[in-house]
Amino acid sequence: MAKPDLNDSQRLSAESLALIDVEVAKYPVDQKQSAVMGALRIAQTECGWLKPELIEYVADYLEMPAIAAYEVATFYNMYDTQRPGRHKITLCTNLPCMLMGAGELGEYLKKKLEIGFGETTEDGRFTLKEGECMGACGDAPMCLHNNHVMHTHLTTEKVDELLETLK
Amino acid sequence: MATLNIEIDGRALQVESGDTIMDAANQVGITIPHFCYHKKLSIAANCRMCLVQVEKAPKPLPACATPVTDGMKVFTRSEYAVSAQKSVMEFLLINHPLDCPICDQGGECTLQDLAVGYGGSSSRYQEIKRVVVEKNLGPLIATDMTRCIHCSRCVRFGQEIAGVMELGMAGRGEHTEIMPFLANQVASELSGNVIDLCPVGALTSKPFRYKARTWELSRRHSISPHDSLGSNLEVHVKDNKVMRVLPRENEDVNECWLADRDRFSYEGLNTAERLTQPMIKQEGQWVEVTWQAALEFVADKLKAIPAEQIGALSTPYRPAEELFLLQKIMRGMGCGNVDHRLRQSDFSLDSKAHGGFWLGMPVTYMSRLNRMLVVGSNLRKDHPLMAHRIRESVRWYGELNLINAHDDEFLGKVHAKRIVAPSQLAATLAGVCVALAQLKELPVPDVAVRGIVDDIARKMAQSIAGGGQGSSGGEARAVFLGNMAQHHPTYSQIHMLAQEVARLAGASFGVLGEAANSVGAVAVGAIPGCGPLGQPAIKGLNAQQMLSQPLRAYLLLGVEAELDTHDPVSALNSINAAEFVVVMSPYKGKSLDYADVLLPIAPWTETSGTFVNTEGRVQSFSAVVKPLGETRPAWKVLRVLGNLLGLAGFDHNDSKDVLRDALGETPTGSVQAFLTNEISGVSVLPPQVIDGLERVAEVPIYQTDAVVRRSHALQMTLDAALPVARMHSRLIEKLGLQENGRVSVRQTASALTLKVQRDDLLPENCVRIPSGHPLTASLGPMFGPITAEAV
Repeated sequence: MAKPDLNDSQRLSAESLALIDVEVAKYPVDQKQSAVMGALRIAQTECGWLKPELIEYVADYLEMPAIAAYEVATFYNMYDTQRPGRHKITLCTNLPCMLMGAGELGEYLKKKLEIGFGETTEDGRFTLKEGECMGACGDAPMCLHNNHVMHTHLTTEKVDELLETLK
Repeated sequence: MATLNIEIDGRALQVESGDTIMDAANQVGITIPHFCYHKKLSIAANCRMCLVQVEKAPKPLPACATPVTDGMKVFTRSEYAVSAQKSVMEFLLINHPLDCPICDQGGECTLQDLAVGYGGSSSRYQEIKRVVVEKNLGPLIATDMTRCIHCSRCVRFGQEIAGVMELGMAGRGEHTEIMPFLANQVASELSGNVIDLCPVGALTSKPFRYKARTWELSRRHSISPHDSLGSNLEVHVKDNKVMRVLPRENEDVNECWLADRDRFSYEGLNTAERLTQPMIKQEGQWVEVTWQAALEFVADKLKAIPAEQIGALSTPYRPAEELFLLQKIMRGMGCGNVDHRLRQSDFSLDSKAHGGFWLGMPVTYMSRLNRMLVVGSNLRKDHPLMAHRIRESVRWYGELNLINAHDDEFLGKVHAKRIVAPSQLAATLAGVCVALAQLKELPVPDVAVRGIVDDIARKMAQSIAGGGQGSSGGEARAVFLGNMAQHHPTYSQIHMLAQEVARLAGASFGVLGEAANSVGAVAVGAIPGCGPLGQPAIKGLNAQQMLSQPLRAYLLLGVEAELDTHDPVSALNSINAAEFVVVMSPYKGKSLDYADVLLPIAPWTETSGTFVNTEGRVQSFSAVVKPLGETRPAWKVLRVLGNLLGLAGFDHNDSKDVLRDALGETPTGSVQAFLTNEISGVSVLPPQVIDGLERVAEVPIYQTDAVVRRSHALQMTLDAALPVARMHSRLIEKLGLQENGRVSVRQTASALTLKVQRDDLLPENCVRIPSGHPLTASLGPMFGPITAEAV
């Protein structure tokens, strides 16, 4: 496989690479690819989303096939392989949340934002995603904002309120 | 290993500890339905079709991934097991389209077969079915990804056998898709095997698409005529036409795999370029004639020319019977001018060899080597399945060391490598030889006295001598010479040095045969030095001598002079200057320009014959279809020609008679007794010094022989891309060239303009231009000085 020809704009910053090296150091020298999840997370944090060239760059850095890194990036829904809007709302649609009304909330969000799951509003403000269990089922239903902030015990009113605050 | 007593479906049996239920069931011939399990691939257990009932287990267990335990009782056909299997089948069929009538896999589909036994007669599924976008995997593999059941065999094949993960399983759950990264084509030279592996119609053969149904095809056994492995084939025939080629399983040769070259070359068999009628050139015009007229014309002409002015040349891709009769005709006429080593340039070993060169070991050993040194070989492209075996060695046991003139990806771990200009191959090997002698505290062999030891030479020596860390002793070691080494102008030096390295290291020494019948051709005496099985015979000129100065007549068997020779320029000059040229070939090609008589002979599918592979395995095959038009098997043509020339001993009834005449009653035994790589008496030469640039040339994988060259699908692959001039970026800069610009290269008399491509893994004084390609046929020899300048 030919090495990807990456120009500087696709490289990661020295800080990100240093963080990836910390991940790599956790595993045996000949198994760098074990650090792929951490490395993709760091790359996404710096670049906003994982475009194919970036995945290829990370794969190359970890000496693994690009398609193997792509498998990881497409398997876990916190990785964005499409450019997301400014605010990514990830609604949990696993069983406990669904029992507590996540299905209806999903329909409400889709209607309100005029987009489906996995889509972004035309103004680039919101992206709506389906999420997997976030490990706090007692607080169902819930969503994540931009992968990091969790909003629990959701109702349509709370959703309205949340969307209002996200400009 | 402990032996365990278990019971499957009421049958008691003993199995090794560590075996799975699937292994145990296979031992006693009990079939457990499965999709993702494959004996040559790792266990994924993701199709769940092989669920079986195990006594005391709280749920059904996958047979492929469950190790047996002592006293285990397994039920594969119980109501419980079958109900689990039926449930899995119901899930698999939910998203599988019901398009068997238009699916190429129909009739040979595992899913279709198992659905008969485990599928419901109607579906309970009411919702919308999944549709998956097609992927373009290149010219060889057609996709219908909606049919995919996600067994992941194709993904594991890439990772574990082909050595490169080109396909992956992206997405999750219902959105899972098999795909390449971005829009990459699949480029592995073994990629066609995923067609066989795919248990459904998701991956099928593109050239075979919609051509025939499996039940319309007759299956006939054959042997591959391309690389020196001699892969066993099952040729599928309909209406006297080869429709496709599949592997025939032979664990000792090709296992269950086939290289793409062997699988898809059949497309070149029935092209418009086929020669179907004997033709004679009369006053510059080609006239179709009868066989009788053509052969009488040839015999009369040959009788009128002194025998030592006739040269007989064949490619090493022709069956042994033909090569035997060709040399018998020549020697019958009193001349030993016969050779098949058209790409070789150093023939000095002819007087120093004690037998035919061969692999030095059975092919199967290549999968279990601990220490390897491979010199001058484009392993993956020249020997795709042997490269797979070496990768297997590397994965489990071995350290691979490479000395080569280019650094193409091997797709496996390389312990140490040295990339040098071709002229330095021998000197580099001498360095390793000296390092080995020092390591073993043995005298340095005479032939290596000029060798210079450096760190890499020492590292390689330590590796192949097994003196590295963690050595357990008793290791399998081997030194191999590749095609580039054999084509090299100082081949005799390289061979001698490799022999000494192997001797010092206690390693086997092998020559990786160049072509399907390289070993067979030497065994039947198609070389100027000796007759069949090394018997003394009339000596004559070798291929280079025959082609460097014109003889009066040439007999060419399957040769395309501009593509099959070491130096196409001088070869064509000589042949054009000859007064009488007979070309026996399945194709017209360029020979229309230089031949005087064209005789249509059968490609391997239309004649019986024998190939001797690189390990000395004698493999005979029968014709699978009738000859096209007036085409005849070449052994018959040569037999009649022998008779017309009034020579004795040309009364064979069939090709088996010819083989008996050539190799005796026990061909395998006689050939193996004749094979040895031992040479003696090579004297040391100072290393060749080339001041300027050197050419590095290899024969591209899909240009090796006449049939492959005409396979449309193979010619569309990335491996068949147009030749370019590859150079190191510093050389590009030094010569004032532009990457992807044009460069004018010149070797002997002729110049050629090619595209420049950067390859920073090449030595800095080398220009790499493939040989054996129509575009580069006007350049000179495969090695030696070359000049390059801006256009």
